[in-house]
Amino acid sequence: MDFLTQIINGLGQGSIYALVALGYSMVYGITQLINFAHGDIIMVGAYTTYVMLIMAGTPLWAAILAAVLFCAVVGVIIEQVAYQRLLNKNAPRISLLITAIGVSMLLQNLYQLIFKSDAKSVSNVLPSFPIPVGPLEISSVTLITIVTSVLVMLLLQILVKKTRIGKAMRATSEDAGAAKLMGISSRNTIAFTFAIGSGLAAIGAVLYCGAYPQITPYMGSMLGLKAFVAAVLGGIGSIPGAMIGGILIGVAESLTKALGWSQITDAVVFGILILVLLVKPAGLLGRNIKEKV
Amino acid sequence: MKKRILAALMALAMLGAFSGCSNTGDGGSASGGSDSDTIRIGGLAPLTGDAASYGVAVNNAIQMAVEDINANGGIDGKQIEYIYYDEKGDTTEATNAYNKLVQDDKVVAIIGDVTTKPTLAVAQTSQQDNIPIITATATAAEVTLTGPNIFRACFTDPFQGELMASYASEKLGATKVAVLSDMADDYSSGIAEAFVAKAEELGMQVVADEKYQDGDVDFKSQLTNIKGQNPDVLFLPVYYEDLRLISAQAKEVGVTAQLCGADGWDSVLTDNFDSSVLNGGVFCSQYSTESTDERVQNFISAYKEKYEMDPNMFAVLAYDATNMMAQAISDAGSTDSQAIIDAMAALEYDGLTGRMTFDEDRNPQKSAVIVSIQDNAYKFVENYDPEA
Repeated sequence: MDFLTQIINGLGQGSIYALVALGYSMVYGITQLINFAHGDIIMVGAYTTYVMLIMAGTPLWAAILAAVLFCAVVGVIIEQVAYQRLLNKNAPRISLLITAIGVSMLLQNLYQLIFKSDAKSVSNVLPSFPIPVGPLEISSVTLITIVTSVLVMLLLQILVKKTRIGKAMRATSEDAGAAKLMGISSRNTIAFTFAIGSGLAAIGAVLYCGAYPQITPYMGSMLGLKAFVAAVLGGIGSIPGAMIGGILIGVAESLTKALGWSQITDAVVFGILILVLLVKPAGLLGRNIKEKV
Repeated sequence: MKKRILAALMALAMLGAFSGCSNTGDGGSASGGSDSDTIRIGGLAPLTGDAASYGVAVNNAIQMAVEDINANGGIDGKQIEYIYYDEKGDTTEATNAYNKLVQDDKVVAIIGDVTTKPTLAVAQTSQQDNIPIITATATAAEVTLTGPNIFRACFTDPFQGELMASYASEKLGATKVAVLSDMADDYSSGIAEAFVAKAEELGMQVVADEKYQDGDVDFKSQLTNIKGQNPDVLFLPVYYEDLRLISAQAKEVGVTAQLCGADGWDSVLTDNFDSSVLNGGVFCSQYSTESTDERVQNFISAYKEKYEMDPNMFAVLAYDATNMMAQAISDAGSTDSQAIIDAMAALEYDGLTGRMTFDEDRNPQKSAVIVSIQDNAYKFVENYDPEA
């Protein structure tokens, strides 16, 4: 019975990783950029939730809306200011990577300056009570987290597969040059992708605050790193892959801790990354595309 | 050769100066550490830098204690002269300041240092001089193990673990206990180890000894394991930020055990933290502002009036440390280093942080204050003495 509970614990944690991993995956799929500032967007979302919910006292829906919109705007601004020129000039990938790390540090230090470095409590963002499911007791927060992230992923799939802008995203991802020739604005498509990815991170942030009601300016870095591992594990660029990767990482962590090996939890997570890179570099659901010449 | 003779002469001169201390005033010259009317006590504290908030509190409280003692006639009629230096939280600065206190100012005893690292450096340097030293707040066990002249006024980390194990067994009637601690943190793992050892010694069953990594935010897996063992008491020797997350998740997972902790719980209550998850939790501390002791209340109001802030635990311990040193000098009846050290070792002192004596490692054996958390406030429960 405990084993099942531990799996559910892992699903809850994994769902948050998955939401963050989606952002990594989408941005990478279109720009081949590993946006290391993505983890810090979660932090931005969490602080927006804190400001709205606690400082301004708005209801939860308004806080979620504000967090999603604010993060989307921040995501687009980061793309426009920090990355766009590099992308347009076809700068080497290492320059993009270094820029991303710089943006990440900028965000962390900016928020430390504004909100101070001590942790802020955000109790009771989501209603918390145990729900009996058969012989198990599942926490309401875990259940909300899992259901929300599955719903979000389904919506995202529909967006990408069924809508016009989704078609533009897929086209740009497949061949940016050809997409441009077909009259697709790659600039708008990339900006839209950053907005969606950051908005997802904001939803992840609200769920994070529900599950772990304490936020710091550095909360994004480890979370972002693990979500990145999840994205690589699932196959970076693939939406269902990010979801599966996130959940696998969450469950792996939870089971490692449950077996009493907490000291090697991070080793297990990053060990998985190394194994995947060795055995199946494209990830579980990744497509193996030859480098375009 | 010349240098060696000079060194020998200097050493002789210094010896002379020290023996002068215990004599009656050395003719009142400036070289005498204590002339007939005053006793010089030195202080070391970080008054600037990262640890400044601790150091300032300690230094304030020492000054207050010295004023109080002097107002009440000093030590056997002699006034205390308190000379202190800012060591900026740095081991080199602390050692230099120590040398200045001993060689230039000729103090008979030192109260300090505040944090563990500089205190250790000073303790090591002091071995050549055998100057009696009491630190108010350095908790690491090595500090007093450095030499027989170093004492401390605060608990050591392991002491809190043992104390809470006794409390769980004796007062909470626990038979099954569980522990969750931060394995990367000396404070947390030190207390946890001592708790487990003492719990087993007292015949309690340690059903879970779970660990987590520094920086973890998800404890549900460990807490689910703990819940499955159904312990009476869950001991959480962790700092307040982790405690907020752990207690919230413990409730979520459905852990019903009585929560217990150590002084890292202090300041867990904060804005927007729903402390209902901690209701009924108890922890040990060295002092409570809710204490019913009149002397504690007087100290708090006097300190507030003088410094316009609330005294923290550091201030209270420093006030006690100063009074302990004064009482030891008075008991010794002289300012001779060894006499003070002997008097200190035999000291029985009743202060703001309880009645205490020193054990063979010069750590205080004293009662702790048990504090519980109720309705978003700290409530004083009792003074608990595990030996009683």
